[in-house]
Amino acid sequence: MTTIYRTAAAIAAIAFSFAAATADAKDKVKVGFIGPLTGGVSVNGLGGRNSADLAVRLRNADPKAKYEYEMVVLDDECKPNVAVQVATKMAADKDIIAGATHYCSATAIATVDTYHKFGFPVIVWGAVLPDITYRNKYDEVHRVNGTMINQNDANAELISKLGYKTVAVIHDTTDYGKGHNEYFSKALAKLGKANIVGTFGVTADQQDFTAELTKIKALNPDVIYFGGLTPIGVRIRSQMDKLGIKAVFDGTSGIVSDAYIQGLGPLAEGTLAFREGAPTEKLPGGKFFMDKYNAQKYDNPPEAYGAFAYAAMDMILDTIEKVGPDRKKVIAELGNVKDRDSIVGKITFDDHGQNTVPVITKYVVQDGKFVEWDDSEYAGGKRKLPGQK
Amino acid sequence: MAGLVPAVHVLTAGVKTWMPGPMPARRGEVSNMDAGVFAQYVMNGLMLGMMYALVAVGFTLFFGVLDVIKFSHGDVLTVGAFTALAAYAGLRALGINSSWFELVVMLVLAVFAMAFLGMAIARYLVMPLRSAPALNTLLITLMLGTVLRECVRLFYPQGANPKPFPALLPRASLDLGEFNLRLDNVLMLFAGGLVIVGLQYVLNRTKLGLAIRAVAQDEETARTMGINFTAIVLITFAIGSGLAAFAGVMNGLYYNEINFGIGLYLGVIGFSAAIIGGLGSIYGAILGGFLFAGLQIVGTVLLPFASAYKDVFSFAVVIAIMAWRPTGLIREKISERV
Repeated sequence: MTTIYRTAAAIAAIAFSFAAATADAKDKVKVGFIGPLTGGVSVNGLGGRNSADLAVRLRNADPKAKYEYEMVVLDDECKPNVAVQVATKMAADKDIIAGATHYCSATAIATVDTYHKFGFPVIVWGAVLPDITYRNKYDEVHRVNGTMINQNDANAELISKLGYKTVAVIHDTTDYGKGHNEYFSKALAKLGKANIVGTFGVTADQQDFTAELTKIKALNPDVIYFGGLTPIGVRIRSQMDKLGIKAVFDGTSGIVSDAYIQGLGPLAEGTLAFREGAPTEKLPGGKFFMDKYNAQKYDNPPEAYGAFAYAAMDMILDTIEKVGPDRKKVIAELGNVKDRDSIVGKITFDDHGQNTVPVITKYVVQDGKFVEWDDSEYAGGKRKLPGQK
Repeated sequence: MAGLVPAVHVLTAGVKTWMPGPMPARRGEVSNMDAGVFAQYVMNGLMLGMMYALVAVGFTLFFGVLDVIKFSHGDVLTVGAFTALAAYAGLRALGINSSWFELVVMLVLAVFAMAFLGMAIARYLVMPLRSAPALNTLLITLMLGTVLRECVRLFYPQGANPKPFPALLPRASLDLGEFNLRLDNVLMLFAGGLVIVGLQYVLNRTKLGLAIRAVAQDEETARTMGINFTAIVLITFAIGSGLAAFAGVMNGLYYNEINFGIGLYLGVIGFSAAIIGGLGSIYGAILGGFLFAGLQIVGTVLLPFASAYKDVFSFAVVIAIMAWRPTGLIREKISERV
């Protein structure tokens, strides 16, 4: 008998304490985060998760916040099939109001239909494929980081500004390389200062480029633009030298890696490259972000896109604070984001939910390092690229 | 199996019929092309063709003595190139700076190491499977190729990244307008030619060559004549794999970059070249190698659409040739189809 009384008393006590807690506590609101937490790119996923978590913690510590937030974290493994499952799981949970989602382009593009179907507002924090925002016009999908379009705009702008007139394009024939070719060609044509004298599609594992490069040599371009990844970038740059081609080698984010410099040694000097995002410490709110991040003593650094994950989550929380925990209202409110301050700079979503003022970093290889163009001796005039005036 | 008997009259007949493929046909169409540019294409084609031919000769040798297709051949080339690179790193660590000495040591090490690897593959993987269906050999060597490739990727320091290969040959070059004639290319072509001529000599003029040809022609009879079959097979695999190592070093010197994947592609092309030339025929393999290089260059230069299709074009032509001449351009005297 006593046991029953005791249990009843315990239950009553628990019930009372809950009631007491909720009475003066804020309403709980769930938000979501998806990224690659396991597998080859998991460092980026973990950095993003920590950064989003930081945004939630800072908000919960803020006495002025109307709600108490809880972040649900799911792992897309950078695999499209897994991503669709976890996206469905998250979107189907009506308690979760919005999510900061995906680092990998392949997973982000695979899940946009799911989010649309469930009416689940997301802000993509890392993937760069333009189609994620531009293939459909889904009100649910937004992105805080730039796309390869922005990167190529910056590329074309720099080439034109430096006074180069003729460009030969080499791109690999995957979606990635073809995308680069398309957006670079468009951007260059829009500026109208330089012409493309020839476009060459190559396979992503090609060894020998001497035939293409001989043809290019006869065309005598000022610049060779390359849309593709490091391994063939190294081969093309090296074979350019063999054939005595003096043009500027102008790459994309695909070659921004130490492997490019190791593979070429001194030949890498003067290579141009462009990448979405900026080194975190160079972002407008970079110092604030890093200080707060370090204070939390996470196991991993935020990595290149952590600040974007923070900005995405922070924007979700701002929006919920403003319109309340209601998916439809959140979507409507995210449609009005214009010149919004964030740690990654101003954010403006266009009609596709794409941030139109993203940060692009221009790089040039100087003394075996990718140096920011504006800080380099090339921009300062101390050194000159081939044909630079 | 009458393949390895290289009859010169067959070659000349073949050349009359076949060489016009890439070159003269092109000349009319590109009358506006600068002579320098044309010379550059020819030079590129010769370099490519030489590497393809060296790989193709290996395929043809193995097929000659054992009637097997050894698909790990391309990856033996990769391992050879990486052996040379490791040797270079070792020599540098010892403080040796003479490029000629380095080159010789690298070549010798790579060639002998691969000759040994080739013998080991023949002894422990290919020969035990002689009585099994040919498909088994093909599969097992295909898998071995993957193992070799992955080992380079995983165990060579930072093996997944492209590696710079030292330029050890004199870098002098003659700038003739659009044509950049490089001394190192000329030296490599010359060395490659020398290797092929040397191989010819061994096969046609020495007792060893006679034994290899005898085994290729008829194993049973060769055995009854007192030829040590196993030894001849092992030596043939050693020669073929040594050639692959030579081609691997040449590949490195030519592109100044190697990576774990070079052998895969070169293997497929070398195999195709050996097939169009006529498996089992040395001349056929050489012809096939140069023909394939020619096709790729024609594909890049002359086809109006982007160069992305050059492999589609080259392999389509290979398919057409196969359909037309199933035993290759240089036919075996007795076609063996059982």
